[in-house]
Amino acid sequence: MWKAIKRLTSFKNFYRFSGKLLPWFGAITLVLFLTGLYWGLVIAPIDYLQKDSYRILYIHVPAAWMSLFVYIVMAASGAIHLVWKTKLSEVIANSCAPIGATFTFLALVTGAIWGQPTWGTWWVWDARLTSELVLLFLYIGYMALHSAIEDRASAARAAAILAIVGLVNIPIIHFSVNWWFTLHQVASISVGKGSSLHPSMYWPLMVMTAAFKFYFATVLMMTARNEILERDQNSNWVREEEKNL
Amino acid sequence: MSLNEFFYMGGYAFHVWTSYGLTLLLLVLHIVLPIRRRKQLLRRIHKTIKRESAS
Amino acid sequence: MTNTSLKAFNAMVRRDFTLALRNKSEWANPLFFFILACSLFPLGIGPEPNTLEKIAPGIIWVTALLAAMLSLDGVFRSDFEDGSLEQQILGPHPFTVLVYAKILVHWLITGIPLMLLSPLLGVILHLPADGIILLMISLLLGTPVLSLIGSIGVALTVGIKRGGMLLSLLILPLYIPVLIFGAGAVDVGLGGLDTSGHFLLMAAILVLAITLAPLATAAALKVSV
Repeated sequence: MWKAIKRLTSFKNFYRFSGKLLPWFGAITLVLFLTGLYWGLVIAPIDYLQKDSYRILYIHVPAAWMSLFVYIVMAASGAIHLVWKTKLSEVIANSCAPIGATFTFLALVTGAIWGQPTWGTWWVWDARLTSELVLLFLYIGYMALHSAIEDRASAARAAAILAIVGLVNIPIIHFSVNWWFTLHQVASISVGKGSSLHPSMYWPLMVMTAAFKFYFATVLMMTARNEILERDQNSNWVREEEKNL
Repeated sequence: MSLNEFFYMGGYAFHVWTSYGLTLLLLVLHIVLPIRRRKQLLRRIHKTIKRESAS
Repeated sequence: MTNTSLKAFNAMVRRDFTLALRNKSEWANPLFFFILACSLFPLGIGPEPNTLEKIAPGIIWVTALLAAMLSLDGVFRSDFEDGSLEQQILGPHPFTVLVYAKILVHWLITGIPLMLLSPLLGVILHLPADGIILLMISLLLGTPVLSLIGSIGVALTVGIKRGGMLLSLLILPLYIPVLIFGAGAVDVGLGGLDTSGHFLLMAAILVLAITLAPLATAAALKVSV
């Protein structure tokens, strides 16, 4: 069993397998994005309170969900790397950070842009935006630590510990920010809190969420494959694999 | 709905299109950069293969 | 904890405490920083007592947090440089126990003095007397958390040259809950509301940090050394 897992998660097998999956994932991502965009921007009806500005929801909400999801994936693969010292989980954890930080940044910026017509200012210390800002700091810290340590093996392990510590802290931070926000409540509608979205608005959101998920998987595979290629560039299997190009 | 109306976004054109534009830009960037990196890596690998088979 | 571990713990506390006391700058500088940074705020904002009273809990908490962070560098640095940290990892006693001792010493030499100094800063920022008491309680519950979480950050960066800036990037986001509940408790208390919720949550965070943080610190030190 253990040996089978080791073999399945070897660089060579992952590289071959992901190479077969990649075109499919890319195609699914593209189709989902095109469907979701058309559905969300053209077909979905106008919100009677926020008019057309609510359409930012279709990227803000998936980006915010993904920002947390990617952090969980990153911390989980970091933990797997710490416990079983599998190389593949190290590569995956590393590949998560930049794309996760991008999702977080997008959630923040689109939240601010959406907030402008809703609140009248670009930035409000809203609970969700503040949590998102802290999450961005956590990603930045992770990447800064990883790049500051020269030895690759210790960099990966130190970054994994930080990611796990961050993961334990995220619920606490989220809870405390919510608590703080309700204490200093400013009269506002929270951005993205579609208390109950009408199905005609809900389904395009689901399609966009799926599109973001597949996009993440695609980018993750591409980045991980590159890192594998770089690490194993002198091995025989890489040469076998890539000689006829 | 006419195309003009679509781009006008009920007066929120700036907000909606900046958000979508920025998202598109960053998401495409995360696809383009790995592709370029892969090409670089493959070129390097091919060079070493050639060098070694020549020697 | 077995008997020998307890002995090791005590010995480590005594050793680190003596060393820290001898090195005056290690415990005195953060305190001077605390006072100095706090007294800069009225100069930047203006001497209006009502404004100062309103922002005093936040200012004192933020500066206390920064002072605690700046003093963190000393926790493992000297032991790391002269190699005794490596000996402690390899030694016969559970390393986590020794880490607990080091964190306790850090709290004794920075957390406690910060808390004892806070009334003085409360007075110059026009914080009323009940506010000062709440501030001290919140610092008593919060500063150990600062030492505990901070120790994870130092442990991760101890091997990096000029890791000070990196340290702040790593741990300041993790300090946010303590800051919110600590400064929030004083705010709420001054508004005449019940503060027990805040203090109970701070106590819960403290218990969680005591249980988990030293484990992470010990693991991080094993990676760094």
